[in-house]
Amino acid sequence: MSEFVLELRGITKTFPGVKALDDVHFQLKPGEIHALMGENGAGKSTFIKVITGVHQPDEGEMYLNGQKVEFRNPKEAKNQGIAAIYQHVTCYPDLNVTENIFMGHEKVQKGTRRILWKEMHAEANKLLRELGANFDAKALMGTLSVAEQQIVEIAKALSTNAKIIIMDEPTAALTRNESEELYRITEKLRDSGTSVIFISHRFEDMYRLASKVTVFRDSKYIGSWGVHDISNEELIVAMVGREIKQLFPKTEAVIGEEVLSVENLGRTGFFAGVSFNLRKGEILGLTGLVGAGRSEVCQALFGIEPADKGKIRIKGLEKKITNPQQAMKQGIGYLPEDRQQQGLILSWGIDKNITLPSLDHLSSKGWLNKKKEEAIASSLSKKVSVKTPSIYNLVSSLSGGNQQKVAVAKLLTSDLDIIILDEPTKGVDVGAKSAIYEIISDLACQGYGVIMVSSEMPEVLSMCDRILVMREGRITAEIDGKYATQEAILEAAMTN
Amino acid sequence: MSEKPTAKVSLSASIARFREVGLLGFIILMSIVVQLRNPSFLTLENLNDMITNTAILSILAIGMMLVIITGGIDLSIGATLALSGMITALTVGAYPNLNPIMAILLGILVGIVSGGILGVIISKGGVLPIIATLGMMYIFRGLTFMVSGGKWVSAHQMPVSFKGIATGSFLGINNLILIAVITYLIFFYFINHTRTGRQIYAVGSNPDSAKISGINHDRIIWLVYTLMGGLSGLAGVLWVSKFASAQGDTASGYELTVIAACVLGGVNIAGGSGKISGLILGSVLIGILNNALPLINVSPFWQMGIQGSIILIAVILNALVKRGVDLNALMRRKI
Amino acid sequence: MENLSKKNFSLKTFFLQWEWLLVLLFILVNIINTNLSPYYLNFNSLRDATMTFLDKAFMVFPMVLIIILRDIDISVASIVALASVIMAHLYSLGVPMEMTIVICLAVGAICGLINGLLIVKFKELSAVIVTLSTMIIYRGIAYIILEDQSAGSFPEWFGFLGWGYVFGIPFILIAFVVMAIIFGLLLHKTTFGRRVYAIGNNPTAARFSGVQVDKIKVIVFTLAGIMAAITALFLTSRMGSTRPNVATGYELDVIAMVVLGGISTAGGKGRMVGAVIAVFLIGFLRNGLGLINMPAQVLMIIIGLLLIIAVMVPNLKPKVKLKTKAVKSQSKQIAG
Repeated sequence: MSEFVLELRGITKTFPGVKALDDVHFQLKPGEIHALMGENGAGKSTFIKVITGVHQPDEGEMYLNGQKVEFRNPKEAKNQGIAAIYQHVTCYPDLNVTENIFMGHEKVQKGTRRILWKEMHAEANKLLRELGANFDAKALMGTLSVAEQQIVEIAKALSTNAKIIIMDEPTAALTRNESEELYRITEKLRDSGTSVIFISHRFEDMYRLASKVTVFRDSKYIGSWGVHDISNEELIVAMVGREIKQLFPKTEAVIGEEVLSVENLGRTGFFAGVSFNLRKGEILGLTGLVGAGRSEVCQALFGIEPADKGKIRIKGLEKKITNPQQAMKQGIGYLPEDRQQQGLILSWGIDKNITLPSLDHLSSKGWLNKKKEEAIASSLSKKVSVKTPSIYNLVSSLSGGNQQKVAVAKLLTSDLDIIILDEPTKGVDVGAKSAIYEIISDLACQGYGVIMVSSEMPEVLSMCDRILVMREGRITAEIDGKYATQEAILEAAMTN
Repeated sequence: MSEKPTAKVSLSASIARFREVGLLGFIILMSIVVQLRNPSFLTLENLNDMITNTAILSILAIGMMLVIITGGIDLSIGATLALSGMITALTVGAYPNLNPIMAILLGILVGIVSGGILGVIISKGGVLPIIATLGMMYIFRGLTFMVSGGKWVSAHQMPVSFKGIATGSFLGINNLILIAVITYLIFFYFINHTRTGRQIYAVGSNPDSAKISGINHDRIIWLVYTLMGGLSGLAGVLWVSKFASAQGDTASGYELTVIAACVLGGVNIAGGSGKISGLILGSVLIGILNNALPLINVSPFWQMGIQGSIILIAVILNALVKRGVDLNALMRRKI
Repeated sequence: MENLSKKNFSLKTFFLQWEWLLVLLFILVNIINTNLSPYYLNFNSLRDATMTFLDKAFMVFPMVLIIILRDIDISVASIVALASVIMAHLYSLGVPMEMTIVICLAVGAICGLINGLLIVKFKELSAVIVTLSTMIIYRGIAYIILEDQSAGSFPEWFGFLGWGYVFGIPFILIAFVVMAIIFGLLLHKTTFGRRVYAIGNNPTAARFSGVQVDKIKVIVFTLAGIMAAITALFLTSRMGSTRPNVATGYELDVIAMVVLGGISTAGGKGRMVGAVIAVFLIGFLRNGLGLINMPAQVLMIIIGLLLIIAVMVPNLKPKVKLKTKAVKSQSKQIAG
């Protein structure tokens, strides 16, 4: 018998054109809570998918209780006692808790195949009691809070007799109290001998729960430490790894008069009491954990889901913004976070995508002017240096970085003062990142006020003149870009 | 983690209960008003007529509920009903000694084949339910006219044993009612106590999760349209037997009455939820409405407008209630 | 499609378009018809044949827009009935004909507007259930007004709409061509049309790009109501009188013509010209089958089959294409 319940050695996984995992190791003891940390894109999710049988590794071995295993599909991993709980809960809102727990492995009577509801309800309630939940198994899933739904997901994992439970950023959408409850449950699991792999961006989670921490960076294994054997600073260096302030071509722009001021903005259930201002030529960073309400604030400014409290002033005049057209008329542009779903029409050419927001300027009395359109599209496409043989090529044929450049070009067609960029470099390769930073820097120099929402510390620290940190729907800190440090931001983002 | 779990559970439960109690209350209130205006309403004869009518409607409503739970809709059932009714009527006309049970089975078979074809078109052909069922409605209707040569099958062409299906009784209970009750028991068991039945709800509630849980999505979609077809086939035989006539335009537009019964009974038009108990109340309410309006001298020409308004108001109310619940959930989030 | 025809133009892709297939089918139908009946191929009879099926074709134009928007409207035939019944009823009450025509158009516009507003205000409800309800309500109102009566005996000049000729060409054909050009230009040459395509392809991205999704939907559904009222004018003129059950099942014909014209029910794709060809294809098919005394019921079956096959055929092919595309974009995402 091995001392490890799960061990992975030299795992490598290559996708066409990219090495997602490069010679990665991992060891998990029985009854251990093991934190897995690393930046976005470090390879954590691919690693999880290898363990749960969604992906098969190209090289390397996996051992379960000392026995070599190979999972061909998720079901095999499930049968071996491995369960994963994802950040976005996948549930059936119209069905009750019991059914959500047992979907796919219902208890049925032998012979008649009748579903044994009583037994299932009883077992579900027993699991819920063990987890300290105080709602009934007959409650409808859709009426529960996100935190309660997560408990159901854990109960689901336990109902399959999982010995290893993987939690992928389970605290991201939870409030402080809710997180506290989750910690308690996770500890309970540990005490009953279940091993937990806990993925989180919050240092708080790690210190509170884990006994060991493993760090990945750029698809590689960096190291494993006892949680108390490594300092905060050392851990950050291990995660970030490179000298910050490279590849960021930030030129100092002249900061002018105020273009936007927001006072006590709020939207029920998402954010409250948000106040800040933005000046010409300034890059204002808006950071915090995923789910802190950053995108919601920006979407309220852009009129996608309007705020229900507070005031928005543009160039000193109070404005009501209830839809994106109004926002654009007031000079606000928005680059959405999800460029494939929200930003672009993938089945269209580059030209038509670029001109969509400004069709009114490119037409006379509603008639399209194809020549004018073509001229604008090709000049803007050059300006943001989209790499393509023709502006008529479909956007779906471009790489992520080039798609993002097209999305940025869409903003430049209108007469804007304020540009809001929501995670502008998410899922973009390093080369294209640098090009996008250059464009952002350029925008500030031209006198736009820029709000940049980002989870990536290095880009926030290097690009922003001022940084706002959000936590649980409120702004918890405002830091001058010159004096900002990673620690200060993390502290404001994670602790009260 | 959960500040007021008990309050939450009771909120959702109370809305569901409110709907059913409300429907029941409305039914009773309406019956009283109608009875005061026209004493012939609550007579044994009229009640019998009303309940047997409702029996056919409620059988169809079960199938429609399953279809709507998966997020679909079926506009072809009136035509399927007519087709199976016509084929059965022609068959018993030609072979008067045919056992009534065989006639019922024949009707169900015609329905299953019709529904099965429709199911394949929707699940494998990727045709939107609204378009596929609209197309099949015309095909089935056309076939009905073709097999009958455009003629009616009238009462004197049907053997007494066949007409007895609807008029006869067993242990003092009308056959139609008996058949409806048996159908309800079977389907109650099926959708609540078998894995396949629960998978119908899972597919409607979250199709993506259902695929991850290993549920065969296409098979479930095919199944609900086939079941719907089978029930329409059954209803076709009962209909023709009850009214003792089969025509090309039998039950034309009846699918809309069935949809009205479903949405009134609380079946969510967006899929995922719907209960047998609600269905019974919805069917009974529509049944009473159809029976009572003529009795209180409402012109039959108002019936269509009233029915359409009922559907629209019911779905809008369902949507508003849902909004209220969602807003309530957001308000409870502490920031 | 537009991109292909503009820059990466090649004869192969040009001739592989759906519209050419329709033209071929159209020629085929005419050849068969000619062989079936010696009276078929005759200018006058062909010309007059168009008058029999063009009345409902006016609803094809807005339906193209609606299906590109990923919606559907099955209430159009009921709007025809309601507009027609109100017009006839008011005329019988002594309202001047000119006035009733204006009211007919207004009724259509209001019905369409109600559909549009319900759809954008209650986004939880699909266009299917909204237009299904209003389909019943609109026809229900028509029954309330006329019950089982018919109304008619319009002034003689009103018959010109459906029966008249201008320079030897049926007036209805001229009106159809004019409308086809207007709607073709609207869809393909204006910012409005471009925005309709944007919504059909990706409603979220369209909204984030400042497209007024709700406003455009309301306009399109209102247009559908107005065109249904125009159908009511031509239809009533041809029939000389009207009843509440008039135009029953027209929605099926209209939707069949649109999807046969290559407008995808998945939204965002298709061109006006395809739908126009499909109008004549189905029209002449009916005409030919009528010449050999094919019963109306067989026609119903044929139209139903055409509708389902037209939707199914393109669905069977792109599945393979989509799969390879999905793999590609996935690998790109990881790489990018």
